[in-house]
Amino acid sequence: MPSEKIVLLGVNHKTTPVEVREKIALADGYEEPLVAMKNIDGLREYYLLSTCNRVELLLVTDSESNIEDDIIDFLFGEMVSQLDCRQYIYTLYDKEAVHHLFMVAASLDSMVVGEAQILGQLKEAYRHAAHLGCTGPLLNKLIHKAFSVAKRVRTETAIGSSAVSISYAAVQLAKKIFGNLADKSVLLIGAGEMAELAAEHLVGQGIGSVTVANRTLARAVDLAKRFKGKAVSIDELVLQLESVDIIISSTGATDIILHKDDVKSVMRARMNRPLFFIDIAVPRDLDPRLDEIANVYLYDIDDLSNVVEINKSERDKEAVKATRIVDEDTLKFERWFLGLAVTPTIQALRQKMDSIGQVELDRTLAKMPNMTDTEREKFNKMVAAITAKILHDPLMYLKSESCAGRDNSDLKITTVRELFGLTDGKDER
Amino acid sequence: MEEINYLLFQSVLGTTFIAAAAYLVFFVSQNKKVRKLARMILIVSGVLQTLYIGSRFILAGHTPITSQHEAVVFFAWATTWAYLSFRWRYTVKNFGTFVSIFIFCLLLISSFSSMEFTPLLPALQSLWLPIHAGVSIIAYGFLSLAFCGGLMYLLQERELKSKKFGYFFSRFPSLDSLDQLNNHCITAGFIFLTLGIVTGSVWARQAWGTYWHWDPKETWSLITWFLYLIQLHQRLTVGWRGKRAAVMAIVGFAAVVFTLWGVTYLLGGVHSYAK
Repeated sequence: MPSEKIVLLGVNHKTTPVEVREKIALADGYEEPLVAMKNIDGLREYYLLSTCNRVELLLVTDSESNIEDDIIDFLFGEMVSQLDCRQYIYTLYDKEAVHHLFMVAASLDSMVVGEAQILGQLKEAYRHAAHLGCTGPLLNKLIHKAFSVAKRVRTETAIGSSAVSISYAAVQLAKKIFGNLADKSVLLIGAGEMAELAAEHLVGQGIGSVTVANRTLARAVDLAKRFKGKAVSIDELVLQLESVDIIISSTGATDIILHKDDVKSVMRARMNRPLFFIDIAVPRDLDPRLDEIANVYLYDIDDLSNVVEINKSERDKEAVKATRIVDEDTLKFERWFLGLAVTPTIQALRQKMDSIGQVELDRTLAKMPNMTDTEREKFNKMVAAITAKILHDPLMYLKSESCAGRDNSDLKITTVRELFGLTDGKDER
Repeated sequence: MEEINYLLFQSVLGTTFIAAAAYLVFFVSQNKKVRKLARMILIVSGVLQTLYIGSRFILAGHTPITSQHEAVVFFAWATTWAYLSFRWRYTVKNFGTFVSIFIFCLLLISSFSSMEFTPLLPALQSLWLPIHAGVSIIAYGFLSLAFCGGLMYLLQERELKSKKFGYFFSRFPSLDSLDQLNNHCITAGFIFLTLGIVTGSVWARQAWGTYWHWDPKETWSLITWFLYLIQLHQRLTVGWRGKRAAVMAIVGFAAVVFTLWGVTYLLGGVHSYAK
């Protein structure tokens, strides 16, 4: 068995309300927390992913150590009490951790299944971690595997087309209502992955301006900067409706945030210029009765899927196919992990030492027939202790893969194999 | 000469039919080459209509706008050139299909009424005839474009609201462009309509001594004029646009049609040129 374990700790949009997620989301980039984590004992490799819908840590630790509590402290700090955060955090080990990582990378764990942005975010997170030397051979392998799983899912299933086509459909509809988008403006309520994607499409089609309203203004400012737009507080929502034309709402709110009467009162000030609402939040943010107002068009996520004629069952079918791919690749990785490259070398080394010891012991004991059982036992122990002590340094050398180290285990394996004459072993790498 | 005149009308009818058919083919196939061809044919039809009206002018010796047949042909001619001038300014997707079919229907209606030349009543022998009648019918041309746009708007809006996207959705233009078309055509139509009423009033003063004497046609023109005035005013002040504007364009056009035909057949009066 490998001497290390893979641990995945995190919160996402399914387990954690947005208020908590917002508190722990890393607003100031990756570097600070990554550097800070170097001081935690027993942590061999790690990386950190933070998006608007999830914060996840992937760790490689010594198999005996129990540092999850330290990590949770680190992650939540003083913001939320230990007891509280236990109910939000999921902790997954080894196979489950790998599976989860693959699901995330393949966008099967996203709020909008199949959206492509998560892979970019994952790559970015990995780049930061690798740059700061936080990842090692195991994580490098694992995360690259996650990238290729994501790619496989994307090419072998139609899962991606639904997310992309939903924002495509939103743009199509906007064009059917407004014609020219150049003098129109879009308001993003909430800053979800999908809203970003749709906004990106609209900007690509030459939309005039972008406004972002979010509960936490800092996040709104960040996103607005990306689209060269402006950020507003969520309290100004109704006021903003007077000047925007397209509204994409994707907050995590459980209640309706815009009611029919709010919008109706605005229409007069707008001189009845059309409003196009896109509600991609689940549960919905916008009053379904908005649609009853003249010149107001409201589409929720299912309506949008109607546009591209991808119905829910078909999306689910693709998700099942994608999950099978993830399962398959998880299994493959598991097999590789158990037979980690260094393990056969270690086994071969142990075997060789043990057999030399055993042969010599047998030969010596054969010449001393009068020994008692306890004396024999002492000899046995002595030989075992000698081989163990001789093996200690080479094994440590093989296993030493510190956080800051590059993946040079190939070199180490070759050295050890040549040094000890282990030429017959099969190399699984 | 009369044979040439007759042949000209038949060729107008024929080319317009082909243009409408070509536009219909374009509507189904969305083949851009077909659209170009259809537009060319419609221009040819417009030219032939002009020639036909010209030939009637020479034959009758006065502006050919006094019989039922002539008025409707003139209506079709005004619609055709209003559309072509409009088309030259900006495009509204697949609008041509609706308009060309509409023009063909007008010409078909005109072909059922008598093509005979009627001698001009003494009261109508004036330079005001071409000005007053011409301006009024050009107004009808623009207003009929607004009517076609209004129909398309209602169809497209229904698809968008019901969220079931049928055959028309991809083929129809955006709501915004149809609403703009509505605004422009009604504005242009309203200006010509106003001119038509003013010139008619001045002419009435010269011919009968009063500016206004509540002839049924005058009354209905005024009703029509007020309908469009209300729409334009409401658009400017409280933003009557979209569906409401489309409905108003259709209601207004119903009043136009009634002024043109209903009044003549049902109410009579000095404007009743058709016998």
